[in-house]
This record gives sequence, structure tokens and C-alpha cells, in this order.
Amino acid sequence: MSRVLEVENLRISFPDGQGGRLYPVDGVSFSLERGETLALVGESGCGKSLTSLALLQLIPPPGRIESGSTVRLGDIDVLGLRGERLRQIRGRRIGMIFQDPMTSLNPVFKVGDQIAEGIRAHFDVSRAEARSRSFNLLQEVGIPDARSRLDAYPHQLSGGMRQRVMIAIALAAEPEILVADEPTTALDVTVQAQILEVLDRLRATRGMAVLLITHDLGIVAGRADRVAVMYAGQIVEEAPTARLFARPSHPYTQGLFASVPRLTGPVQRLTPIGGSVPPPSAWPAGCRFRPRCPKAFEKSELAPPLLPVEPDHRMRCWLAETGGARG
Amino acid sequence: MTLLQVRDLVKHYHAGGMFRASAPPVRAVDGVSFDVGRAETLALVGESGCGKSSVGRTIIRLQEPTSGSATFEGTDLFALDRTALRKMRRRMQIIFQDPYSSLNPRMTIGAAVAEGIEIHRLARGKDVGRRVAGLLEEVGLDPGYARRYPHEFSGGQRQRIGIARALAVEPTFIVCDEPVSALDVSVQAQVLNLLADLQRERGLAYLFIAHDLAVVRQIARRIAVMYLGRIVEEGPAEQLLAEPSHPYTVALLSAVPEPDPGARRARIVLSGDLPSPSNPPPGCPFHTRCFHPLRSERCRQELPLLRPVGGTNAACHYAESTPSPEALAAN
Repeated sequence: MSRVLEVENLRISFPDGQGGRLYPVDGVSFSLERGETLALVGESGCGKSLTSLALLQLIPPPGRIESGSTVRLGDIDVLGLRGERLRQIRGRRIGMIFQDPMTSLNPVFKVGDQIAEGIRAHFDVSRAEARSRSFNLLQEVGIPDARSRLDAYPHQLSGGMRQRVMIAIALAAEPEILVADEPTTALDVTVQAQILEVLDRLRATRGMAVLLITHDLGIVAGRADRVAVMYAGQIVEEAPTARLFARPSHPYTQGLFASVPRLTGPVQRLTPIGGSVPPPSAWPAGCRFRPRCPKAFEKSELAPPLLPVEPDHRMRCWLAETGGARG
Repeated sequence: MTLLQVRDLVKHYHAGGMFRASAPPVRAVDGVSFDVGRAETLALVGESGCGKSSVGRTIIRLQEPTSGSATFEGTDLFALDRTALRKMRRRMQIIFQDPYSSLNPRMTIGAAVAEGIEIHRLARGKDVGRRVAGLLEEVGLDPGYARRYPHEFSGGQRQRIGIARALAVEPTFIVCDEPVSALDVSVQAQVLNLLADLQRERGLAYLFIAHDLAVVRQIARRIAVMYLGRIVEEGPAEQLLAEPSHPYTVALLSAVPEPDPGARRARIVLSGDLPSPSNPPPGCPFHTRCFHPLRSERCRQELPLLRPVGGTNAACHYAESTPSPEALAAN
């Protein structure tokens, strides 16, 4: 396996309105291998989407990426790039798709032209060549009757079809990495299944790495090789998917699993995590999950680092030292 | 005992405007019948555009039906005039997916919850405040929140406020329209538990409208699956989920992502999109996307009606031989 992306100690800050700054993403590190899917999982406000936006320096001001953060793409330091050199990375080497394709598509241009625009921005090809590549891309993402859809406007397509078009636009530049931020959250389950199928096939055939941002553990189970769970701006647990689902170890991860209603097995009362996710201004000192944690103990007043549970499984909880988070 | 009886409910929306006078109507609900018993939950499940929300809104007369009937405790709901309807709203309430849009931003939480109590004169003077405090406590909120405004609350707390508001008039029936869809999983679980507790303690009946089968299984003993304005399968939750007889139910089930990497279920990826409800296909509404091995010319011409098959009622000509998810997995 070859490493295509390495994120180290990513910190993103916003002004708190009182002269100080808040850190909604606070020391996130992960890496992506070629052809791998890594899922970044968490509830609203955990910092997962900001993390993905930072990869391409897309943090809206007055937010900023703090110095000391690194995003390495091969041997390029992405956060050091500006202007034209940054533009060559955006889309070309790291593609992105978002939850709501309608806000990313231009309503007054035909779908085929929007894909071709992306192709011609990155490759020196003729209009005819760009159009024929657009047709191939629409076919690749599973749009039926692709020839006539080239001339459709976004509003003439269903939500699922629009998301396929967005994927086609992202693929046009043949990126090594595709960041998919809640790509199916706005879609119905049967359509969601179709889109996830497409993403998985593309990853396999193109050897693309996928960073899948989601709140849905169900999506992760069937699709990701590794999972990183985020809470309050930090990764709190990271493991290969099968391992994490077989033995979720961080009390927050365990709480998430206990909250999800199941389709099989006896119907039992859910045991949700108490309280709600605090905003960045109210993150406690020490372990950030401590006030909601049923297993908090004295040492939780100190901030835990990511500690090994197994060689490829880490969590941000002092219980890792004793193996005491099991069950 | 039956609390609510709905028969042949139809709701068509006419695309208005002077340029579109001749546009065909959107057939949102196209002949739906069901019963809800006292203290029972019936779940209405389906994907966007299937008409499930229109059913809920029409029953409590937020929208007028095109035709059909709905009887609640012996009263014909569609025959009520304004005064009678207002009285009836004491018995039946609704909670929405986004409680924020149904709360007045300039009204304190206490005033919002008190509104129903005052309109229906259920208490006066200091008793109103006492009732509001009791309701907030019952839904798991600090009674001191009564003086705060909606924007000060999280999504989960707002949904609790919406529930307290519905409970204020002591209804026997609540339409829950996607009440947990916008919430994070941990908060979603809290609200599902709350709804189950309230049902037990107050003997409430719910019409629970949702798109998520796992959520529905958690709260309902009976499920009706809708597709293009019709109920295509209906029955006890466990039977319907374990041995579905309609191909659409099978597909819907197989598409639910389960948080278990070992779950080797068949994934039936339906081809194509939902047809437009203003131009539904003739015959079986599902025939354009159906994968049933026996599907035939008959499906394209003849509308299948709900009939008992196995442990449920299914609207499929070939329901007896609908492949099980396991059989599909083995292929």
C-alpha cells in the first residue's frame, strides 16, 4: 500500500466573539492509503466536515487553519500552497462531493457542459473530446440514457441523479482522493444504496482513496476499511472497521452503538448517551466526553492522548491503559 | 379497539397558476385505508414523495382531503366545521420533523406550551404555569426553561418542546411526522425512548411517519409501507420485517445500512428512480422498478389490491412467491 495523504495535528480556529478563539477541530491526525476508504464518523458539530474542508484550504474566514497543522499529499505540503499551485490540487488531485448536489451545480448550465468545464480546466483537450469524456463519465456513474442527459439541466434530474452528476464532475479530473461529505444523507435509502455502490466500484476500478464523512454507522459497516470516530474536535477512536464494530472501546463509541435502532435481534429499549454534544465554547478540560461518560473516573480530569488498545486500534481514553473499557 | 379509521383516502394536489391549468394533478395519496387502535402505534413508512406526510396532514385537517373518510372515536373528521374541528384538535395533535419552524421565535417556551391550555381553557391563572412546568419536566426539560426562547435550544430539546406542546391539550392521538429524522443518533434514541414512555404512561396512540425501518421497528407494533400514494404492504412489524411479501418492502429492507459488517444480507439495488406521482405508471405502481422473477404483463395492466399473504397484507399479484432476502442473498 502506498500512502497518498497524511494529515497531522490539524487545528482549525474561529473567533469566539470575545477576543479569543475557539478550536472546533483540535489536533486531528490521520492518513489515507491508495484505494482505501477511511470513514470519519461523528455527530453534528464534532468537526468532521471542517476537517475535510481544510484538506483543500476551504475553511471560510474568519476561520483559519492554525500553524503547526500539516496536510501532505505525496511530497507536497498542501497547506503551504497558494494561488495557481493550490488550484492544481483542488479538484485535480483531491476531488470533493457534498451532501446537497443542487447547491453545487449551476442551475443555468447543462449537465454535460458542467462536466466538460471541469475536464477542460484540468486537461488540454478539444470541446468534442471533453464532451465524449463527459458521456463516458455519466455512464461510469450509472446514469441511464447518458447521451440525452448531457443536455439536461440540473432541475430536470432527481436527487440521486444529481449526486451522480456531482460524482462525475469530481471524477473528471481523475483525482487520487475523493472526499465525500455526507454524500447520501439527503437521499432515500434505495437511492443511497445505488450511490454507495457507485462510489465503491470507482474506488476499486480507479484505485482512488475515499475519505467518507458520515454520521451513519450503518453506511460505514459495509463500505469503509477503517473508521475514525470524532467527538468535540478530536478523533477519539480509530480502528479497522471490522475491529471497531466487533469491539467498540471508547465509551462515546459504545454509546453511539447503543443508540442505534436495529433491524434484527430482539427490540430492546435504547440506551442513549445522556445530555447533548456541547458547543466548542463549553468543552470541558480533561477528557471532553467526561461530563457525559458513564465510565469517567479520577484520571479523566486529565486530557488523554490516543492510546493503543491493540496494535492497529487506538482510543482517546485512559481506560486503554487497563483494558477496562470492554463490554 | 379502533380509535381512528381511515378509508379510501385520496389527496391530489393541483399544480396551480394560470399557465398550468391543464397540468395533471399530483396524486400524493391514492386510496389509502388503515385503522389505528387505542394506545397503539401504526408506522407509515416510505421514501420521499410516497405520500406518507400528506396522509398525516390530511387526517388532522391541516390539508383538505380530495375524497375518502376518516372516523375518529365515531366522529367523521372530514365533516367537521371550524368550531368542531378546533374542539377535535384537543384530541389529536401533530409533531413535526423540524420543531424550530413550528415554534414562534418571539414566544417563550412557556408561552408556546401554555397556548393550547389557554385556548381550550384547561386551566387558568397560576395553574397554567404549574401545568407548563409539569409538562416540561415530563419531556425531560428543566421547568426553568419556560422563560427562554426557541433559539436557545438544541434540536433534541426543541423536539422535546414540540412534544410538550402537543401533550398540553391531553390528546389521545398524535401524528408524529418524521420526529427524529433531523436528530443525531444519540439524541434520536433519547426522543424515541421518551415517545415510548409517554405512550405507556398516557395511553397515547401514534401515527408514526418515518422513512427509517430500524427506527420504526423500535416504536411500532404495526407497519404500513407506502409507495406512490398507496399502501403496498401492511402488517405486524415483526412479520413484515422478517418475511416481507411485497418486492418493494424486500428492496427497502435490503437497502437499510445495518451497523454490522458481518450482516451478509442481499443488497437489492433498485434500478431507476421513483416515477412521478403526477404520472404514475398504469397497473402496479412498482412494476417499473420491480425485480420479482414472475413479473409479467399483468403487472403492467392490473392494479394489485391488498390481500392477506403469509402474516401480512400485500398488494402484489405474485406475493406468494416473492423471493425472501435470504433467497436473494444465496443467488
